[in-house]
Amino acid sequence: MNSTSVEAPLTETAERRVVTGTAGATPESKWVIVTRGIKREYDMGGEVVRALRGVDLAIARNEYVAIMGPSGSGKSTLMNIVGCLDTPNAGEYWLNGQLVSTMSDDALARVRNKEIGFVFQTFNLLPRATALHNVELPLVYAGVSSDVRRRRAKEALEKVQLENRMDHRPNELSGGQRQRVAIARALVNDPSMLLADEPTGNLDSQTSEEIMRVFESLADSGQTVVMVTHEPDIAQHARRVVVLRDGLISTDDTRDAFVARIGLGTQHA
Amino acid sequence: MSFFQAIRIALETIRVQKLKSFFTVIGVMIGVTFLIAVVSIVAGMSRYMKDDLIGKIIAVNSFSLRRTPDFQVGDVTQATRNEWRRRPRVYEADVHAVAAALPADVLWATESSENLNVESAYARPRSVQCSTVSPGWFDIKRMGAAQGRLISIQEYQLGTPVVVIGKDVADHFFPNLNPIGRELRIQSIPYTVIGVAEAQGSVFGQSLDKFLVAPDKSPLNRWVNPHSVVDAMIVQGPTDAGMRDAMESTRAVMRARRHLHPEQPDNFEMETSESALDFWNKIQSYLTIAGVALPTVGLVVGAIVIMNIMLVAVAERTREIGIRKALGARRRDILNQFLVESATLSTLGAAVGVALGIGFAKLIAALSPLPAAVAVWSIFVGVGIGAGVGMIAGIYPASRAALLDPIAAMRQET
Ligand SMILES: Nc1ncnc2c1ncn2[C@@H]1O[C@H](COP(=O)(O)OP(=O)(O)O)[C@@H](O)[C@H]1O
Ligand SMILES: [Mg+2]
Repeated sequence: MNSTSVEAPLTETAERRVVTGTAGATPESKWVIVTRGIKREYDMGGEVVRALRGVDLAIARNEYVAIMGPSGSGKSTLMNIVGCLDTPNAGEYWLNGQLVSTMSDDALARVRNKEIGFVFQTFNLLPRATALHNVELPLVYAGVSSDVRRRRAKEALEKVQLENRMDHRPNELSGGQRQRVAIARALVNDPSMLLADEPTGNLDSQTSEEIMRVFESLADSGQTVVMVTHEPDIAQHARRVVVLRDGLISTDDTRDAFVARIGLGTQHA
Repeated sequence: MSFFQAIRIALETIRVQKLKSFFTVIGVMIGVTFLIAVVSIVAGMSRYMKDDLIGKIIAVNSFSLRRTPDFQVGDVTQATRNEWRRRPRVYEADVHAVAAALPADVLWATESSENLNVESAYARPRSVQCSTVSPGWFDIKRMGAAQGRLISIQEYQLGTPVVVIGKDVADHFFPNLNPIGRELRIQSIPYTVIGVAEAQGSVFGQSLDKFLVAPDKSPLNRWVNPHSVVDAMIVQGPTDAGMRDAMESTRAVMRARRHLHPEQPDNFEMETSESALDFWNKIQSYLTIAGVALPTVGLVVGAIVIMNIMLVAVAERTREIGIRKALGARRRDILNQFLVESATLSTLGAAVGVALGIGFAKLIAALSPLPAAVAVWSIFVGVGIGAGVGMIAGIYPASRAALLDPIAAMRQET
């Protein structure tokens, strides 16, 4: 693997802090994501739910990382913050050298548009729009002219082998095809990272494997991929697996270390 | 996101829900339809008034000297009425004194009218507006004879019982007959018909050909006015300036004859076509207020409907809004999208309203004596109002949409 891979389980917060760096310092340029002591709390009418309790995480360019954990461990909360859909109550989040944890709503919208390609569990395509139009959407908000938009959307659909389904609406496509449209949409604006939240949660295992192959080839071509999942089967497709538990990182392994530790490999053999 | 992009999204949304869109803008549509119809009819009446009516009723460059205004509208106070009642009548002696002061190129005539009972051997008796006039009246009115002839100077001097009748009067009393030389009895006095006047047309469906004219010295005169009193003296200058000069010398003569002090107002009336236009302008302003107030109610209701429908649309499309935000739409992109959608919808409704309004005006013009002229400005105003109403109605729903939290919005089930 490359030099940014994690050698051994980084289970100790102190060890990870060495990697993420000191508060306020701009991270080295190889890091796409650096979070420092991120906390997110929800006030549920007097009772405070502490969804993230101080997450320190660094993800470098070209990495393919899975964020694992049981339900309620804070995966989606972390994903929303990393995806600039939400901001932390405390801590710093640096995306591509920009401190985004203190940005305004509109500035975050710009960052989402330029830096992040989302893939959701429920696809989140516009039901009345064609595949092509769905893929064009991020470019609409990027202010790209309509003919350039069209060309780039077609190219993105070709990457996921859907060039012959461009004029279909989501309800005329299978689940796997919808998710591939969503991937094309995520890639169309050349984002710094692909961010997927349970991308196979609504798909059967065969289609899931198909989507995983798409992710694999994207990672091979150098795309940074961060994928949230609660399924170890899916997580083991990534090259690094971060496990969350009760709002904190509990382990941070290479794929091989992760597989060896939880004994997945034997199941599949 | 560009403005045209926002319009495209809006048109697309409208296209996929045509019926709902139609009901959304029905209020605006009706409001604008009324606005255009009323404005067109008022404009048509106005043009008609200025071009036809005023010219027909009041001769060009002329004014009439009379005791009280002939055209009156709106709130005439009791005090004004009392003042009118105290005014002296206009006497033949006044007319002669005024005439003596007028230059030679100014025409004048007297006119007194009353509705009187008229009979002929060939038809039922009928009430007709009968006027006694002095020489010059036909010249000022630019009225010629279609059949027979006009009143001769000898007949004026002698007070011969002859009449020139309007076309409708001829048709009624002498059906399928040549009226010339035949007899009409006015208040039982026999008159000989010597001419039928050229057709004068109609105003608002009221024929202008239901009249009868006799010399002022004829026996008819005692039925239309007390002795030596006239309803009006009509004075016509060669030009507008000539008319104004004539008005000034008339005023001077009348004030002197009535011994008015400089601080006292005139106790007589000099009406020009402007007075008639004033009268019309007042009517027009009332009509315009009504014509604008009624559609405004429709537009307010229309705006409330649009606002509610847009709120529903925002609720229904919460997930779409969340997705758009996740993909990089800023607050103002979402705000614009819904504002443009609301405005586009409303503008389309208004455009349909403009077309319907024009259609309505033409229909009314075709089916009734009311004329219609489509005012070009009203089309722009109508469409502009549509856009404005849509914008205003869209502000609240659009800002609700713009402020939605993308995470919560995307979680919404659809
Ligand atoms: N909007 C919210 N309001 C209140 N509590 C929330 C909200 N989102 C998440 N939580 C709580 O935060 C914790 C972490 O949730 P989440 O990040 O969705 O976990 P995961 O995705 O790993 O299942 C859970 O206890 C959850 O109930
Ligand atoms: Mg989750």
